[in-house]
This record gives sequence, structure tokens and C-alpha cells, in this order.
Amino acid sequence: MIIELGHFALVLAFAVAIFQMVVPMVGAERGSAAWMATADPAATAQFVLTAFSFAALTYAFVTSDFSLSLVVANSHTDKPLLYKITGVWGNHEGSLLLWVLILTLFGACVAWFGQGLPPTLRARVLAVQSSVAVAFFAFILFTSNPFLRLASPPFNGQDLNPLLQDPGLAFHPPFLYLGYVGLSMSFSFAVAALIEGRVDAAWGRWVRPWTLAAWIFLTIGIGLGSWWAYYELGWGGFWFWDPVENASFMPWLISAALLHSAIVVEKRESLKSWTILLAILAFGFSLIGTFIVRSGVLTSVHAFANDPERGVFILMILGVFMGGALLLFALRAGAMEAKGVFSTVSRESGLVLNNLLLAVACFVVFIGTIWPLIAELFFDRTLSVGPPFFDAAFTPFVFGLAVALPIAAMMPWKRATLAKPLRALIPAAVLGLAVGLLTWAVFTGRTAIAPLGVGLAVWIVIGALTDLWTRTGRGDLAGRLGRLTRLPRADWGKAVAHAGVGFTIFGVVTLTGYQIEDIRVAREGEAYIVGAYEIELIGVDENLRGPNYFASMAAVAVRNADTGTLIDTLHPERRIYPVAGMPTTEAGINGGITRDVYVTLGDPQDGGGWALRVWIKPFANWVWGGAIIMALGGCLSLSDRRYRIAAGASRRRREPSGVPAE
Amino acid sequence: MRWLVVFLVAGFLAATPALAVQPDEVLADPVLEERAREISSGLRCLVCRNESIDESHAELARDLRLLVRERLIAGDTNAEAIDYIVARYGEFVLLRPTFDGSSIVLWLAGPLLLLLGLGLSVGYVRGRARAAAPAEAGLSAQEQSRLEAILGEDHHHR
Repeated sequence: MIIELGHFALVLAFAVAIFQMVVPMVGAERGSAAWMATADPAATAQFVLTAFSFAALTYAFVTSDFSLSLVVANSHTDKPLLYKITGVWGNHEGSLLLWVLILTLFGACVAWFGQGLPPTLRARVLAVQSSVAVAFFAFILFTSNPFLRLASPPFNGQDLNPLLQDPGLAFHPPFLYLGYVGLSMSFSFAVAALIEGRVDAAWGRWVRPWTLAAWIFLTIGIGLGSWWAYYELGWGGFWFWDPVENASFMPWLISAALLHSAIVVEKRESLKSWTILLAILAFGFSLIGTFIVRSGVLTSVHAFANDPERGVFILMILGVFMGGALLLFALRAGAMEAKGVFSTVSRESGLVLNNLLLAVACFVVFIGTIWPLIAELFFDRTLSVGPPFFDAAFTPFVFGLAVALPIAAMMPWKRATLAKPLRALIPAAVLGLAVGLLTWAVFTGRTAIAPLGVGLAVWIVIGALTDLWTRTGRGDLAGRLGRLTRLPRADWGKAVAHAGVGFTIFGVVTLTGYQIEDIRVAREGEAYIVGAYEIELIGVDENLRGPNYFASMAAVAVRNADTGTLIDTLHPERRIYPVAGMPTTEAGINGGITRDVYVTLGDPQDGGGWALRVWIKPFANWVWGGAIIMALGGCLSLSDRRYRIAAGASRRRREPSGVPAE
Repeated sequence: MRWLVVFLVAGFLAATPALAVQPDEVLADPVLEERAREISSGLRCLVCRNESIDESHAELARDLRLLVRERLIAGDTNAEAIDYIVARYGEFVLLRPTFDGSSIVLWLAGPLLLLLGLGLSVGYVRGRARAAAPAEAGLSAQEQSRLEAILGEDHHHR
């Protein structure tokens, strides 16, 4: 019964979305406050109905209702409760339901907290947002309905893919969706502004928190996925330039560009039409990402289903929204004239450079991702575009950004000189150069990219600190330290996020450049040396049982090679999930700040012993640590006074004039 | 992130997961082994999705890894060993597309767009900088003298 109610609520939400797409838009056009005001309750209703529908599906998973074909295909009674819940979105249909749940939640947030927006803009934003919801409700109901019943329910389910039964991956999709869908808000604001024909500083201030929030969620989502790949897939890779990874990375790059260009709109009323275009493209890349994952046109490792019907539907959604928005952009963008005037050397031009590099980097990822498709369709060549291409074509942009970042971040608005920030940054440059050269000298004969990256990482981190410190002005140490704590959170957010970029670069280049690998047949009780560690296979327990799997688990001692003191005993595992018929590996990892010791267990060998792979991975955790720091910087910036005060102040302003006739 | 790979691979291996590079594959000569690893990380596993033979657990990847090592022992250079594999399996195995024919577009697309974007950006920034200039230099002689008069007055008041 609850299932039917959930299904019904979903259909009802679809109807409300159609209403909200049309009525407030017409109301804004005709200047009817009553029509525009319908958007708020409609947005709330859409969210409540979708949330109920989602809760109904979750209930079906938790109670293992095997009359639902989706539950049969993705669950099992023996599965732990946590994974019964995360199994709701561990599949195509359920994840789409989560997608629209977040979409309607964000729409409702505009209705709840967007009281400071001009009424016509708010009505139009909600209408555009709802049109996106209409498309996705239709997609779910017509091609991917999660509420389909089976005529004869089986006794038990087929279990969730074992690799998805993991905390890292369980929460990776929701964060990514929060990011993708957050960009739909920027899109709605951009299209609404084009329809209004007006973009001003207030618009920039409204669109930036949404973009920033979306970017934070994307950062966390991508970080989680990468961390999961690192510890779960059994060889410690953290980024594969896989089409689906790229699908999440492209919106990240564009939203990073967007949140920088929105600053220029907010502070200087320039770069307006470019910012609008970025907002449209950012959501476009989110849709392309969805298309890549669901259609199977690009053979990818985590395509949910190779279903052409679904692919065509998403392609239609993409065509309608991108085509429509870009057409509107072409017609209206000319009207958005820039106001701010700035000289060639200024923070504005620094941010233009940032946008240029991020946008072109995103384009490089895009063309590399779809090139196999283009080559096959138009040139009759079957080829692959893999990590070596992306490493070669993408890395220069990262280095370009890294060189420019500290300098541009310290330039003042309007008119600047290069000399002043450069003088302040001398310590950062010297330190970066010294550490880079030292790294190069210690590891002579190896790749030159790693020392370069290390030097740039130091340059960025020290540069970010320098930026903060110079903001405290002149005076004695105590006074400056006091002012440091009172700096606006936006300043702190900027410095922290930029430092995070440095940390991630540092982790990536050291991990890829200087890891030590050892592959051998290890015999029980025979110790051997890898790097600065002594490794000994103590034994293997071959008959372990988990809740829903069988396992072989090794005990591997890791000792300090010089002193022989035990550091850790690792337990790498090989598991087999009999219901899904799938093996997985669980690496044994001794994590640390300076290095991870990473051990995986292989096959038993004919002549006795086990195949054992051991890696020493330097600074591995810095890759994800940097991502967390970036996200933290975003949160600091998001909590800045001007966003909180702006919302409150506009509410106060409205009170004396009373609530418009509703 | 690549559960489907593992899933597909599982089909080939029936039940047991294996390590990518097996201990018995490793060559005694560390220089040759290093070259073999370098080559195999640039070759695609044909039965997997977007995985190099160096990372893959599949049987075919193992065969290819052994083939690469055979060629190196036979005295091939890296390029010759790669050509040998490409001649048998097509350019699909190359994870790094060659710089020829239509693929030149792929390689040059980024740099060209960067140049174009640089041109547009410089044009835009110059335009913004010039937008300031007329306002400053746009004072006529009359306005200039009036401005001086006002400024002069101001001085007198002080």
C-alpha cells in the first residue's frame, strides 16, 4: 500500500511541477502577483510529495519487499541495514529519484529562504527550476519507474553489487548529485536573468552561494569516489580519467570558473554575459555527465545500463535545455553591458585568466572523453583516449593555474601593479624553488614533473598564507595577529581553499612520482625489505565468513627495517560474495601523514606461499586531505557575513512596506 | 570507481581475483622490467573497460604483458614492442592516441582554443581598460579649465 502511495505521490509531484513551470512564469510576464505567488506553495508541495515517494522506496528496501522488481535486483535479506538504505540509490531508478528529491529540495529552499529576491525573478527562477524537474519526473515515470511490481515475487533478492557495499561509495553518489543539482540552481538563475533581461551585482550575490555550495558538494563527492577507488580496487590508483570520472570532473572545473567569475559580477559588474554562459554550461556538463553514465554510449566502467531508450531521453533533455538556454543567451546576452572598468593588470584580469585556463582545461577533458566517439563516427577509427593523453594534455593547465594563482589572488581590484604582489611573494617563491630543487636533487634521474609540482604546491600554500598575512596590514605582531582572526571569513575561505589546491597537487605528484612497488611470492615467516620497511607474511586464514560473503584474510607484519619494531599488522582480504557471484579485494593499509603502506593479497602459489603486492605510497592522504581543505575553504566562504546579512537585511527592508498583495 | 571492470573481469576469471602483475611475470633484469611496466601502462586491456594491461586482472592482459616482455628480451626497443602489439590488435590498444591524421585535431584542440581564448580575453581586458580612457582624456579644454578653477577654489578655501 505504501508503495502505491509513493508511486501516486510521484505522479502528483509531476503534475505540480508542470503547474509550477507554467503559472508563475506567465504571472511574472503579466505582472500578476497572485499568479507569481503560487510558485512558493507549489515548490514546497513538490518537495514534500517527492520526499514521501523517496521514503516509500526506502521503506521497501529496508523491509526487503521483494514484490518490487528494483528491490529484487539490488537487495538481499542478509545485507546489513546501512547498505539496504544506501541500496536505494545504488541503482539507476533509485538514484534518479534521489536526483529529483534534491532538485525539489533546492527549489523549495528558494521558496523558503529567497524572500529577498525580487518577486518576478523569484517566480521565474522557480518556474525554470520546475521545468528541469518536469523533464526528470517524466524521465523517471516513463522510462525508469522504481515502483514497478512483480507478478510473482521471488523468495530473496540478487544483492547489491558488493563493491557498492562500502561506506566510501555509499555516500559518494548523494554528494555528487547535490553538486550536479546545485548547478541547476545556477542555471535557473541564469535563464531567469536572461528572461528578465537584467543582471546586476545583486544577481551575482544570489547565484554565488548556490554555485559555491554545488562546488563544495562536487569536491567532496569526487574526493570520496577517488578515495574509495584507492583503497577498494586493489592497486591504489586514485584517478583513472574514466569517462564517468570526467563526467563529474567537468562540472567541477566549470563551477570553479563560475564561482570566480560570479565574484567579478558581484563586486565589479563585469563579465556578466560570460558568467551567464558559464552557468548554463555548468549545468550542461552535469546533464552530459548524466547522459554518459546512463546511456552507455561511452563504454565506461560504471555505466548503470546500456539502455539506448534512456540515453535518447536524456539527450532530448540535454538538447531542449541547452539549446533553449543558449538560444536565449544569443538573443539576450548583448543587452548585458559591462559597467566596471579595470586596467590590464588587476584582479579582474587575473580572474579572466583563471576562467580561461579552467574553461579550456574543461574543454580538453571534454574532447578527450568524447573523442573515441567522434573518431568512430566521422573518421572510422577505433581508438582509445586514456590516462597518458589526459596526463599530457591536462597537466600544463594545472601548472599554469598554479603559477598564476598566488599572484592574481593578491592583486587589488581595478588597477594593480605586478611588482607589489611579487615583492610580497618573494618568500613563497624562494621556498617553492628550494623545496622543488631539493626534491629534484634527492630523486635524481626520475620524472621532472614531480619536483616541479612539489615546488608549485609550496608556492601556492605559502602564497595563500602570504595573502592572509598581508591583509592584516602593518604594525606590531600582536596587532596583526589580532586582525588576522578578525578578517572576513571570505578571506579565510579563499586562502584555505587555495591552500587545499596546493595540498592536493603535492599529494598527486609525490604519490605518482615516488611510490615504491614490490611484487613477489611471499612465504609465511620469511621477512623481506621494501623501502624503509620489513614485510612478513605471518599467515593466511582461508575460511572466514562475513554476513554475506566468504573471505581469505592474511596477517602481514610491517616493521621498521632499521630497528625491527613492529609498526602494524595488516589484514588484506580477498572476498567472494556468493549471491552476486563476485570477488573483491580489501587492501590492508597502514595510513600515515607522510606515507601509506598498502598491501594486497593475491593467489596462493603452486609451490607454496602467496602472491603479495606491497606499495609504499608517499603522501597519499594529502590528495584527499587537500580536497577536504578545499571544501572547508568553500564552507568558510559560504558562511561569510555578507551572505548572512544580505538575506536578513532584505527581509528587514521589506517589513515596513508590508507583504505585497497575495 | 570501476566496479564494472571488476565485474567483467570476474566473468573471465570465473571466481578468483588475481593480482595485475603476477610474481612469475616479473623479469630478472630490473631495467627491462621497468621498461615493460612503462609499455604496459600505455596499452589498453582489450576485454576490460578503459584499463591498462598493467592494472588489469584479465587473462588476456596477462598474455599481453608476457608478450611485451618476450619482445623486450628478444631485443626490441620500446617503440618496436609497441608497434608489434599494435600490428596485431589495432590502434585501439594505445591509451595515448598517435599524433597523426584526424587525431591531430584531438591533440591541437586544447592549445588552439587556449590561443583563441587568450586573444579574446586580451581583447576584452583591453576594451575594459580603454573604456576608462575616454572618460579621463575626454575633458575638453573648456572643461579642463573649469576643473582647474574648481580645484583652485577648493585650495583657496583651505
